[in-house]
Amino acid sequence: MTIAEPLADVDGLDWPAARLTVENLRVAFTVDGARREVVRGVSFELTPGECVAIVGESGSGKSVTARSLVGLTGRNAIVEADVLELHHEDARSFTPRQWRTVRGRDVGFILQDALVSLDPLRPVRAEIEEALRLHRWGNRAARYARVIDLLTRVGVPFPEVRARQRPDQLSGGLRQRALIASAIALDPDIVIADEPTTALDVTVQAQVLSELEAMKRRGASIILISHDLSVVAQLADQILVMRGGEVLEQGTAAEVLGSPKHEYTKALIAAVPSEHTRGSALSLGESPLIVEHAPVAAGPVLEARDLVKTFSGNRAVDGVSFTLGAGETIGIVGESGSGKSTTAKLALGLETLDGGTVRLLDQDWSVLPERRRRRLRPSISVVYQDPLSSFDPRWNVERILLDALRGQRLSTTARNERVRELLTQVGLPVEVLQRFPLKLSGGQRQRVAIARALAPRPSVIVLDEAVSALDVTIQAQILDLLVALQKASGVSYLFISHDLGVISHLSDRVLVMKDGVVVEEGTPDDIFQRPQHPYTRELIASIPVFDPASFVS
Amino acid sequence: MTPTSLASSATVAQEVPAPRRPSRPRAIALTIARKVASALVVLWGAATVAFFAQTALPGDRATTIFNIRAGQAQLRTPEELAPINAEFGLQNPLIVQYVDYLRGVVGGTFGNSYQQYRPVTDIIGEQLGATVILSLTAILFSWVLMIVWVTLTAGRGPRLGAIGSLVDVVAAGLPAYWLGIILLLVFALGLHWFPVIGGTGLNGLILPALTLAIPLAGFMGQSTRAEFERALDQPFVISARMRGMGDTGVRLQHVLRHAIIPAVTLSGWALGATLSGAVIVEAIFSRPGIGSVLVSAVNAQDLPVVVGIVTLVAVVYVVANLIVDIAYSIIDPRLKAS
Amino acid sequence: MTTLTALPPRTARILRLPLGLYLALAFVLLLVIAVLAPQLLATHDPFALAYAEALQPPSWAHVFGTDESGRDLYSRVIFGARDSLTIGLGAASVSLSLAVVFGALAGLAPKPIAVVVDRFIEVLFAFPSLLIALLLVAILGPSALTAVFAVGLGTAPGYARMVRGQVLAARNSGYVEAATALGHSRWRIIGAHILPNALRPLVAIFALSVGQSIVWASSLSFLGFGVAPPASEWGALLDAGRAYITQAGWLIVIPGLVIVAVALAATTIGRHLQNTLEKGEK
Repeated sequence: MTIAEPLADVDGLDWPAARLTVENLRVAFTVDGARREVVRGVSFELTPGECVAIVGESGSGKSVTARSLVGLTGRNAIVEADVLELHHEDARSFTPRQWRTVRGRDVGFILQDALVSLDPLRPVRAEIEEALRLHRWGNRAARYARVIDLLTRVGVPFPEVRARQRPDQLSGGLRQRALIASAIALDPDIVIADEPTTALDVTVQAQVLSELEAMKRRGASIILISHDLSVVAQLADQILVMRGGEVLEQGTAAEVLGSPKHEYTKALIAAVPSEHTRGSALSLGESPLIVEHAPVAAGPVLEARDLVKTFSGNRAVDGVSFTLGAGETIGIVGESGSGKSTTAKLALGLETLDGGTVRLLDQDWSVLPERRRRRLRPSISVVYQDPLSSFDPRWNVERILLDALRGQRLSTTARNERVRELLTQVGLPVEVLQRFPLKLSGGQRQRVAIARALAPRPSVIVLDEAVSALDVTIQAQILDLLVALQKASGVSYLFISHDLGVISHLSDRVLVMKDGVVVEEGTPDDIFQRPQHPYTRELIASIPVFDPASFVS
Repeated sequence: MTPTSLASSATVAQEVPAPRRPSRPRAIALTIARKVASALVVLWGAATVAFFAQTALPGDRATTIFNIRAGQAQLRTPEELAPINAEFGLQNPLIVQYVDYLRGVVGGTFGNSYQQYRPVTDIIGEQLGATVILSLTAILFSWVLMIVWVTLTAGRGPRLGAIGSLVDVVAAGLPAYWLGIILLLVFALGLHWFPVIGGTGLNGLILPALTLAIPLAGFMGQSTRAEFERALDQPFVISARMRGMGDTGVRLQHVLRHAIIPAVTLSGWALGATLSGAVIVEAIFSRPGIGSVLVSAVNAQDLPVVVGIVTLVAVVYVVANLIVDIAYSIIDPRLKAS
Repeated sequence: MTTLTALPPRTARILRLPLGLYLALAFVLLLVIAVLAPQLLATHDPFALAYAEALQPPSWAHVFGTDESGRDLYSRVIFGARDSLTIGLGAASVSLSLAVVFGALAGLAPKPIAVVVDRFIEVLFAFPSLLIALLLVAILGPSALTAVFAVGLGTAPGYARMVRGQVLAARNSGYVEAATALGHSRWRIIGAHILPNALRPLVAIFALSVGQSIVWASSLSFLGFGVAPPASEWGALLDAGRAYITQAGWLIVIPGLVIVAVALAATTIGRHLQNTLEKGEK
């Protein structure tokens, strides 16, 4: 069913208003002959103008649930349900052809990240009118007019020009809007959005959310899949919390967010970092053992003055300066292309400077040739976003850690002892030594990466998006670990992230970067309460408000 | 389908820097200029290798040439060798010979044949046409075979995929001479569908072209298949399905375009491979072409002809690659990166 | 009967290998016997002339048929295995040695040298393998040794590019950057990280290369530029059989089939090795 006009009065209808009814949905996959349950018992009802959100971390089964609702679960899937009704038709017995009629026309699906969700070789126009063409809507001229209309509706300026362009020629925000346009081309009254804001800059994220809100106002029903509670809080009327294929908690947004009953829900809510959570633990992990103090430096640990780096005529970093003291954390926040990662590499001496200097522990650092720099490298370590690619694929954890200790004069026994000590500090069991990073979970891998960074007893650790790829509860544990390590050892952090919440939770001072320049600098409090620069204001305004306290009645 | 972890999605946004390209036409012109310069370097290198290959003949060159022409191997007197030395400039210092050779190549000549008293370019030019036709036909056949086979068998579950892949590998490894003879025995001698010897015109072209096309299709099919299956799992394909597109539609309208990119990149190499494969195929099917010229030249140690043909194929490869490369720069620089 | 899960893990893993691999290994075993002790497998004396039985199609007496001089083809094939495989192995060794040296230089050497080597590889790659081989034959004259170098040199540029690609991938990898950040010296990084990772697939590539070399060498022989008849070397058999394509097709088809089978076996083993490697890294 499509929406011709927004529904004015839902209560006036006299037939059951639920567009989608799901009861006890179960999905299993057959892998090598064995049957693996992936979703067990999901039930909910979707009424006009309502938003149902399914929240969970990776492996929770939320995406599989979403795909089962349009019959695209995959090759080896077995989908069963007590009730699965789409517009009062029993979807369990749909033939492939019936599903193809439903998709695009009755149900629209928005995937994450338009850069890969739109065919990169085709102009945007072809992608948007595809649904129209497949469902035999109008003729060529009518379809083109509708494409322009849709682009205007989602707020894309100069739609005639944009329609001809390919996805990579549009900015992130426009691309995402085009993706939304392609999903709602036939005005379906059910829209499923699977992680529609993940991997997007926070300003683009805000635009997408306002689009979804507009759809809701027009009367569409939305199913929102996300791991991000702040995104969900803004839109959802009903929330389902999933983990390991099961629904742990379900209710209205006020109920689930304001007075959560299940431990996991509480942990999820508590795990979201922000400036309110500064100084408190985000997770329930145990604190690591006390670390020996490295001699705490008296003066500044890392000094950067007027850093400049140019890539083929483009200034990626343009006059960045900062001073990092002992035991301090500086957070550099910015969107993609702001130059924050390049700044990190410059601080590490892994990229050559085109201008400016870096001093480490009050000694020359950037001016030295690499040969002389090597002597000082034990003082500065790095933790990357994707630890797996920073480990030699042939090495197990023990070898990785032993290798990190190579520069130090230690006997074999002392070396092995130190390896075990490092594992304890990051909260990993000794059994992990023989395993390969490939077989570890994301959180475990990042702990190994942190252990490797700690091995040379550095004074500074540079963390480049170190928690961005982790599930929110795991992220909480790692953040707590980092805070505890800093308290115990006095190490300084240079923390790079796009996530303002993480930055404000962790940092003593924040640098906001845009297009290679630091536009504003201050404490998290300054940045959040008294943003000066228009870009900072825009950034703060774009963050979806998540205040669990506001839901408690 | 395993639930996607957040790791991959979160990384995407962070690693793509906001591009600020300089004006497009200028950037393209620069890229093209760079590619042309690079190709010229390779061509120069090829010509140099060709020249030094000719000087590599063991023994005194003049004597060798005289003996080839006379058909007998014996020592020759300086008076006998004088005209040959004059004809080929063999008494000049090596550098001078090299420069002369390069100048000749730029002008389009490859020197004179040792065996025949004619320029190499004449000898090659006479026979080149038939080989080029064979080569292009073979490439056409291979594309048809490859696209049909890959579209039908890729991404349809492990069993069909394994069979498809196996056929690709086996086909790619078939020696041209063996395949040619099998085809000859079965289809020409056995079933009498095609002529056995020579045969100008379409009929005589099919079996030789197939002999070259099948291994080529197998080889290109491997990378096309890999790209096809990779593209089938991409989010934009899921988007298309979400709009109501069926499997065939997805394959033909979305995936195929992505899948053939590696094969198009191989076009230059394919051209070189079919031209060189023609050597064997022409021998089997007794077709006219530079293949037979090459074989007899190798037998006679007539180096200028051998070197001329070999260099010509190299030039074709470099030029074809350059054209494909430039076409990509104009259409979409991102395509090559994928 | 024990189920797979009841067997000790290693045995179970071996039994789950694909059928094709077993066939390939069995075939290779036969080849090894043919090389080391051909008399165990042959049915006749490969050099025995018997004009009365010339040009006979395959039968029970002569499994592969006989050639124009009445010699048993099957026995000739068995005895020819040693020469053919030697040429194949020799060519593959020449090819990969050159490929590793030049590929590594192109990937690791300081800028000026690396660029020159890189261009050099590109120039050689522009010449098709067969044509390089023919060029060498034209210069050196046909013989078994020439075939080894001709095929080796002809296939080297392709592998050099492959090695260079691997080396560059390793050099630009995250773990090399992490090692630099840890303060390791350049030589240590090359020796401990870049080379071991880049050259890991080499064993698999060697298997593939042997198969490919045998095919190329036989192509040279087919054209008359390899080992000359009456040697039993497979290529020579092809060369000799050329004159009898229409009368006695089996003289070419069967040795060709053997060559294809060897190449296929080598490719199967090589791909299996490659897959095991990649699975370990997934």
